[in-house]
Parts: sequence; structure tokens; C-alpha cells
Amino acid sequence: MKKKNTKRTRQVSDKKAETKPRETLVLSRTKSFRDVDMHYCAGCGHSIVHRLVCEVIDEFNIRERVIGIAPVGCAVIAYDYWDFDVSEAAHGRTPAVATAIKRVRPDNIVFTYQGDGDLAAIGTAEIVHAANRGENITVIFVNNGVYGMTGGQMAPTTLAGQKTSTSMAGRSLRNDGYPLKILEMLAVLPGAKYLERVSVHSAQEIFRAKRAISKAFKTQIENKGFSMVEVLSMCPTYWGMAPVQAAERIKNEVALFYPIGVVKSY
Amino acid sequence: MSRKILMCGNEACGEGAILAGCKFYAGYPITPQNELIAYMAKRMSEIDGVFVQAESELAAINMVFGAAAAGQRAMTSSSSPGVSLKQEGISYIAGAELPCVIVNMQRGGPGLGNIAPAQGDYFQSVKGGGHGDYKVIVFAPSSAQELLDYTFLAFDVADKYRNPVLILGDGMLGQMMEPVTIIKENYKPHITEKPWALTGCKGRKPNIVRSFFLAEGALEEHNKKLQEKYRTIADSEVRAQIFNPKDSEIVLVAYGSVARTAKAAMERARAKGIKAGLIRPVSLWPFPSKIIKDASSRVKKFLVIEMSSGQMVEDVMLAVNGKSEVDFYGRMGGGIPGEEEVLARIEALV
Repeated sequence: MKKKNTKRTRQVSDKKAETKPRETLVLSRTKSFRDVDMHYCAGCGHSIVHRLVCEVIDEFNIRERVIGIAPVGCAVIAYDYWDFDVSEAAHGRTPAVATAIKRVRPDNIVFTYQGDGDLAAIGTAEIVHAANRGENITVIFVNNGVYGMTGGQMAPTTLAGQKTSTSMAGRSLRNDGYPLKILEMLAVLPGAKYLERVSVHSAQEIFRAKRAISKAFKTQIENKGFSMVEVLSMCPTYWGMAPVQAAERIKNEVALFYPIGVVKSY
Repeated sequence: MSRKILMCGNEACGEGAILAGCKFYAGYPITPQNELIAYMAKRMSEIDGVFVQAESELAAINMVFGAAAAGQRAMTSSSSPGVSLKQEGISYIAGAELPCVIVNMQRGGPGLGNIAPAQGDYFQSVKGGGHGDYKVIVFAPSSAQELLDYTFLAFDVADKYRNPVLILGDGMLGQMMEPVTIIKENYKPHITEKPWALTGCKGRKPNIVRSFFLAEGALEEHNKKLQEKYRTIADSEVRAQIFNPKDSEIVLVAYGSVARTAKAAMERARAKGIKAGLIRPVSLWPFPSKIIKDASSRVKKFLVIEMSSGQMVEDVMLAVNGKSEVDFYGRMGGGIPGEEEVLARIEALV
């Protein structure tokens, strides 16, 4: 999918100088977002979340201050799409890398971008302790309920009964345990200041997601402490659904278990 | 200003890092390196540096990854079981070409082993340790003074090559107290610009720190570049001490704390009329292969002494390449070769 230059202009009538219509820019390409092809599958939520992060960075005018930490998972090459300083991190160690960068450079704005395998399985210790230390970082947690990059295996966040390549008969609570609600877990920690769950399954929810991401970055900019936004996202490929169906599944199924809304605020 | 202080090796190591301008330390408690993490907690607060007691060894080494990526001089330390856990991060650090210093005060293994001194992590230190084709520069000090001096040097060397440097000690070196002389003027770190570091992309193109190369052929190119760097290091950073190089018929090879025992045994053998010498590798990678190879043309026998089942001896044999006999004496699991034992082995060989 080639991103077109979306610069649009609108003519505004001006009665005083009708012969020379004034142009007002109402929408332009997001500066922090590179104008390149993306590798994501059709209907995947990652491209939307990437863009929302970049829009927020542009709105705060912090592109030259921001340092992102890309995860291991589908978003591993996020730095090919983001036009600012980015570090990789080993699978799940993302908050540890972010902790050090922020401590060394407190004037920079540091955020991690992590999937549910990265954050809720192999990196559980790192996210809990970064939040508990009250690290002044922002975490964007994309929850699509599967390991996408490795072929759709069961994640800690996979819903009960959901079929994946490692739960062919559907996730069994008896065998595989319960889907993990990370935000609610972190909410009990005094170090975690702002926690919100959003979704990108509709235009309205995307608007709310952007507002939450903006609030999370604001939390860090104002030195309030640890902030995290969990984004419920579609993985049509490994849910075995068309993109539209996948979006509907979030509304009708996923969001019932993972309720959308502010979990904790200051 | 010169100061002579009585400190344990772990503290001396920490002070070497502080003198080198290390401003970030992350670690996790494990015996026998606990004096080091405590020392860094105290000193970092005094110099306005960053100390983080990490939730795990994995987090600690990845915090060092982050601090190094942000351009700061950074260090972590541990002992054998903890260093095993750090191997994931060390591989990433080597792959992403980040400079940092890692300290391993070795203890007995395998597994949880014990907390006595050992040298069972030689292979792990010099042959990779983690996944992939990479090399860590390894210095093996043999006293508290050297722990300070080589830790200080390690930061300059790490920055010079954008490569991790490992300080390989053991529980004896770490916990033994010895006088350490610090002449402040002699410790001037060579601080260089790091234009690759993550600082925010103000006035420049964005920097990316990564070890991931997905495009066809890109990772092979990256590996070739790394190997080219390792060849340069192998040519420039070999360090060793050689005792009695001219007339020795039997040459001991030992590193770290055991090199001191070997030296004492060598001197006693000399007093008995045995022409004994000692080669003490200080850099374990790059290994002083050429020094040993050159000696093998005139030395009848080598005797390698280690606190392991025999690990460095393999590198000695590779260097000797069949030109002389190579004998080995080692103790394991916290056993420390004594002077008498080594002397008896020398006498049995001549």
C-alpha cells in the first residue's frame, strides 16, 4: 500500500479580496511518518497505531526529542516507518531499554511500542517493574490476541475458546490459563499513573485512541510518571477473517472481555 | 593526587569504572560480586550518575543496552549464573555495536554450583556465550589494582571499537582486600563523540540502533563488517605478561588469580634450578596466540594451570599446534590450585 501524499487544500472565500482566494492548509502528511510502503497485512491495526503515534508526536512538536523503542514482533521494523530516533530491543526487554534511555536522557521523550507476546508474556517482568518504579516513559501496547509475526500462535491475551495454531481446539482455560488483563494488573501499582484501553476497530474508536495516546505522552511531558495505552487491534490474517469481520469481532467479542476506557488516571 | 586505599577487588573494579566516566550502572545481587553493586549504588549517587537495581539480570543487561544506545558509558556486573542470563543481551549489544563493560566475578558451576572462586566460564567468555558470530573483548586482571586499571581501560577500548568488553575475575579477586594506589592524574578517560547515539534527531537524520537486518544479503554484509573489526582488535589489543622468556624449558600458562599462584610456583622452581617461565594472558580474547606460538619453537613443555577442567588449555594447544608438549593441571568447583601442587606438577614434568 503506497501512501499517497495527502496534502489537501481548501479554498476559503474572502469577501475583501475575492480576486485572490486564500489557501488554508487543513491536512498534510504526518511529518514523523515516513512516506514509504508498509509490510503490514490488509486490515492490520499496526499501521493505524503507528500513524496515531506519529500524529501525536507532531502535535506536541517533539519529533526531534522523541526516542522510540521498537519491539520484536510484527512491528519490529517500525523504525522503517517512523522518522525519528529509534532503538531495537530484545523480545520483551523493551521497557528495560526505555528505562535506561530515559534515565540517561531525561529531557528526551521515550516511548515503547510493544505487542502482546512481547509485553504480556516474555516481557511481563520488565513491564511490571518499569511501571512499579514509576519510570517516566510511555508504553503503547498493541493487543491483537495472537503472535502475528511467528504465524498466529496463542498469546497470553488470546480469548477463551479462540483457535490459534497452538490452540487448534480453542484456548482451554484449564490447560492454558486465563487471558491476561495487563492494564488491570498494573493499576494496583502506585508507580503507574495513566492507563487507558482503546481500540482501532472504527473511526470513532480511532479518534478516542488518538486522544488517549496524546494524554499518555502528555503524562510524560509533564513528568507525571508511567503511562500506558493498550490498543485492541485487528489481526485478520491469523483470526482467519476479512478485515471488516475482524473489526466487528473487536466490538462484539474482544472489547467485552477487555473493556474500553480509562483504567487509571491522575 | 595519590591515594593508597585498602579495598576489595569488587570495589576497586567499581572505582575503575567511576574514574573512566561511567555514569550508568544496572545490576542484580549475586555472590561473590555484591560489594560491586553496593559500591556502584553509593558512588553513582555521589557523582550524579544513574544506578538501577534491576528486576533481573536480563533487565540489567538490557538497561545497559539502552544506556549505551543513548551514548552513556555504562556497566553491569554479575557472577557466573547471572552472566549466563545476560548472554542474550550481550549478543544484541555486540550485534548493534554498542560499547559497554560487563564484569563477571566467576564462581563454581555448573548450575547454581557454589560461591567459591572458579574459572569455568572461559569458553562462555571468549567463544561467544550467546547466539551468533560475535566476539567480546576479555580482560583478566589478577589483583585489586589491576581490577581498577583494566576496568578503567575497558571503557576506552569499548568506545574505540563500539564493542562490549568483559572483565573476567573470580570470587577470590572480587572479595580479597588489597592496597590500591590511585594517582588521579593517571586516569584520564578518552571521551569521544558518538554521532550514532540516540539523542533525539535535532539537526540531523534519525539514528537507528539495531542488530536486525532483514534485507537479502544485509546481515551477511553486517557480519563481514563485524569480522573485519574483530581482526583489527586481534591485531591491536593483545595483552600478556611474559616471565623468563629467554631460557625457559618449561613455561606455565595461567590467567587471573591463578597466574599469581603460577608465578610463585615458577619462582620456587627457579630456586631449585628448574628453568621455568610463565606466560600470563591478560587479554583472553584476543588471545596471545602468537606469543605462545613463538615460544613453542624453543620451549619443550607448557603447563597450563586453571580453576577449571581445562578450557584455556585448548587455545594454548591451538597456538602450539603440536610443536611442544602441553600439560594441564586444574581444579574445579571452587578448588584452588596451591603453590605446592603446581610446583609438584612442574617437578614431575622435568
